[in-house]
Parts: sequence; C-alpha cells; structure tokens
Amino acid sequence: MSERIDMIRKKLTEAFSPEQLDIIDESHLHAGHPGARSGGGHFVATIVSTAFAGKNMLVRHRMVYDALGDAMNTDIHALSIKALTPDELNN
Amino acid sequence: MDVLERIKQQVESNPVVIYMKGTPQLPQCGFSSRAAQALQACEQEFAYVNVLADPEIFENLPRYADWPTFPQIYINGELIGGCDITLELFQQGELKKMVTEAMENAKAT
Repeated sequence: MSERIDMIRKKLTEAFSPEQLDIIDESHLHAGHPGARSGGGHFVATIVSTAFAGKNMLVRHRMVYDALGDAMNTDIHALSIKALTPDELNN
Repeated sequence: MDVLERIKQQVESNPVVIYMKGTPQLPQCGFSSRAAQALQACEQEFAYVNVLADPEIFENLPRYADWPTFPQIYINGELIGGCDITLELFQQGELKKMVTEAMENAKAT
C-alpha cells in the first residue's frame, strides 16, 4: 500500500519541488465498488508549489497527471487533486 | 464514424455534457456521482454519456482531451475538468453561471 504512496510522492516531488505535499490513500473507502475492480487505488493529493502560480485549475491538474505519467493508467484508479500555490494556501 | 470524431460531435452539439461512469440516476462511481449532482443542482438540462456502456469512448476519451480520468465535463465543446474542478466551480457559484450561459446561448442560436 505505502509503496504506491512513495511512488506518487517521488514523482510529484521531482516535478514540483512542493513546499507541502500530502497524499492520502482512500482505497479502502472504495473497495468493492464497480470501478475499483481493476485494482488501482484511490488517492487524495494536496500539493503546494510555486509551479502552479498563474495557471488555472485545468492546467494545474494536467501538470499533475503528466507528472504521474503511466501510473495514472496502472496504479491509480482515481486521484483527487488540490493544487495550490503557497500564497493561496496562506490566504 | 471515427470515435474521436464522434466525441467531437457530442461535445460540440451539446452545450453541457458529462462523460461519466453510469448515469445521473444510477452513477457507478462516487466521483461521477458528485459531479453529476453538481450539474443537476445548476437546474439546467445537460447531456450525459455513460462511458461504461460505450467501451470505445471509455478507451479513447482520455486522449481526446489529454485527461486521464472520468468524469469529464464539457461546456461549449471545451473540457472544464473532472470532479474536483467541477465541484470547486460549483461551490464558487461559477458552474451555475457557466451552465446557464451555455444553455441560453444554445437556445438563442
């Protein structure tokens, strides 16, 4: 279980050098529902990075998906993303 | 018809469309369910495509808009995002504005 989180953490850290990064595995909440059969996990990622400055939400989410690459098709069934800049976090 | 062409036609002929797992009445995934509920709360008609019932679209939609997950919500032919963004826009009151405007423009033309 935690191997997946480590993998996600590594990819996101490399891509965004985040000031804050929280990844929660919520897979247990979804066990058994039809979409979860493929075995991919459900995760919630909160990423605080200056890399998101000046970018809209759609672009930020795409950046995160791109950083995770193939893992989006294999290990990750669903990912809830909160992508903030340090300024937004403090306001 | 080519599947990408089919998707293009769907998003361009419907002002608001959600690609989801299941239907708004019987969603098959929590994320699809929440996004569809937000759209319903905007009190406008919207189209939906059940990607579980259309394997070709299920396989190809991610590369249509370079977005790997479901649901996907399109307004005026453009992807606005998945569940997180849709809910955030809804909470800000933006989603209702966007949906209402899209429907009014569609009726006017």
